[in-house]
Amino acid sequence: MTRAYAVFAAGLLLLFGSGLPGTRSQPASFPLELLQIAGGNFVHFGAVAMMNRDNEGGIANLGLIVGEDAVAVVDTGGSQREGERFLAAIRTVTPKPIRYVINTHMHPDHVFGNGAFAAERAAYVGHSNLPRALATRASFYLNAFRRSLGDALIDEVKIVPPSDLVRDAMVLDLGMRALILKAWPAAHTDNDLTVLDTASGTLFAGDLLFVRHVPVLDGSILGWLSVLREMARIPAARVVPGHGPVPDDWRGALAEQRRYFERLTQEVRGLISRGVPIAAAAGVAEAEKGRWELFEEYHARNATAAYSELEWE
Amino acid sequence: MPKWSKRAWIAALLACALGSLTQPSRAAEDPWPGLASDIFKGRPLEDGTGLLALDMPARAEDAAIVPLTIRAVLPPGDPRRVTGLTIVIDENPAPVAASFVLGPGISSLSTRVRVDSYTHVHAVAELSDGKLYAVKTYVKASGGCSAPALKNADAAATALGQMKFRLFATSAQAPRREAQIMVRHPNNSGLQMDQLTRLYIPAFFVRELRVWQGEDLVLAMDGGISISQDPNLRFSYVPNGAKRFRAEAIDTEQHVFRGEWPADAPDM
Repeated sequence: MTRAYAVFAAGLLLLFGSGLPGTRSQPASFPLELLQIAGGNFVHFGAVAMMNRDNEGGIANLGLIVGEDAVAVVDTGGSQREGERFLAAIRTVTPKPIRYVINTHMHPDHVFGNGAFAAERAAYVGHSNLPRALATRASFYLNAFRRSLGDALIDEVKIVPPSDLVRDAMVLDLGMRALILKAWPAAHTDNDLTVLDTASGTLFAGDLLFVRHVPVLDGSILGWLSVLREMARIPAARVVPGHGPVPDDWRGALAEQRRYFERLTQEVRGLISRGVPIAAAAGVAEAEKGRWELFEEYHARNATAAYSELEWE
Repeated sequence: MPKWSKRAWIAALLACALGSLTQPSRAAEDPWPGLASDIFKGRPLEDGTGLLALDMPARAEDAAIVPLTIRAVLPPGDPRRVTGLTIVIDENPAPVAASFVLGPGISSLSTRVRVDSYTHVHAVAELSDGKLYAVKTYVKASGGCSAPALKNADAAATALGQMKFRLFATSAQAPRREAQIMVRHPNNSGLQMDQLTRLYIPAFFVRELRVWQGEDLVLAMDGGISISQDPNLRFSYVPNGAKRFRAEAIDTEQHVFRGEWPADAPDM
């Protein structure tokens, strides 16, 4: 399903002689594995899993875009520790200054590493709704993830809100490499931002695209369906999802996600029109089970969120 | 049932805010005895098992929308009825989610609440014998990145106060029927701290919601910030022959929202 990548970190892994099974809480300087997916584009692929101590919150895909003069980072990871290890990996690839730290949205697995880039004097860039979203959730996230990540990882996390806001679209230049940032209407969340690298044609979709990992609804199901139609028209050569591998056929991956949400919408509308209460919503769209990982963890929640949105139609 | 004044709410909110500042680490002790004594002013609470049932999922799938149903399950022939209900989410920043005054004939009530962490949830009913009866359940907080916050904050602010009312068809001759009242409102908890300003975001929520069947009060809710966005009540009732249902909601900024609907036309 995925194309072949050049493995950059393999040598480093050998060098550090790690590979000790079960080693965890790597020193912050131990670089994450960073794979080149296109000219000037690198990705650290997060685990398709829930955030926990062992993975240091490292479940989201993290992007690095290298221009002539400077680089941009797309999401920073699920802990300060992961952010530091991402930064260490970046320094194995390029010594260029980090000009932009871009957050694709508010979720902890994408922003908890922001503090690791504080010394880089980068501009932090996000959707214009991101500051509000972080303000209303950050304390809750820090409390809630203490249970799964543990005190050591959570105590280090600093919430860094964006300094540069994208209201509609924005172009950033890294030197011979223009990035088009687009702020979307409510879909996965109400602060989703995508990054299109015009030099390579790579679209960093954040969590507007999930591959393998069941999509997670924390914004608007109808909004997301309409955003998916619009995204399909982007002239991208490839798309990096927020979770899961880079798909060979990214429009096909968008279509799979659309099928999931259309089925959910249709079946939840059926419940609502028959007067079935929201507590029964978790049982809808069973046909999707088996097609996605982490279905048990997120599907009931998606159905509940969809119900509470669609009952106002 | 305790009827909280605005001042009491503000005091409670302040207490929570200050409490969370001075006590960052979670106390391991059970907060319930203290809560029960504060909320019910020392009145004894009897065991409500066999009189009252509280249904909630074992895990809060979406922290912002956790369905909850309370049913009166009095044994046949028991002449008592439920006159009031209080929902307490022990570990939430503002534990009292809502308290209700119930008119005659209301035997079940469903709503949706926010659940911040692993917690006991108590439902306390006042029966017509004047005594309080409590039942409880335990709810695990959601995994993943779900937060008890607004999903679509801009949409939540539009259509403020819009109401929707539904009647549900039930088996042909059943005397009891079901209805649902929904009010568009962000019901912002206001307990979250803005990480930039270190200030608390002001609370903005529906504090009162009343429903009448003709002239008879069906139910009255004193709501708090643990009630989910777009407060939603589904209840069983006995038709009294009235032609109209009517509802009125008042929020913390004194907006008043009203609606009226025919009582005899199930929409499905």
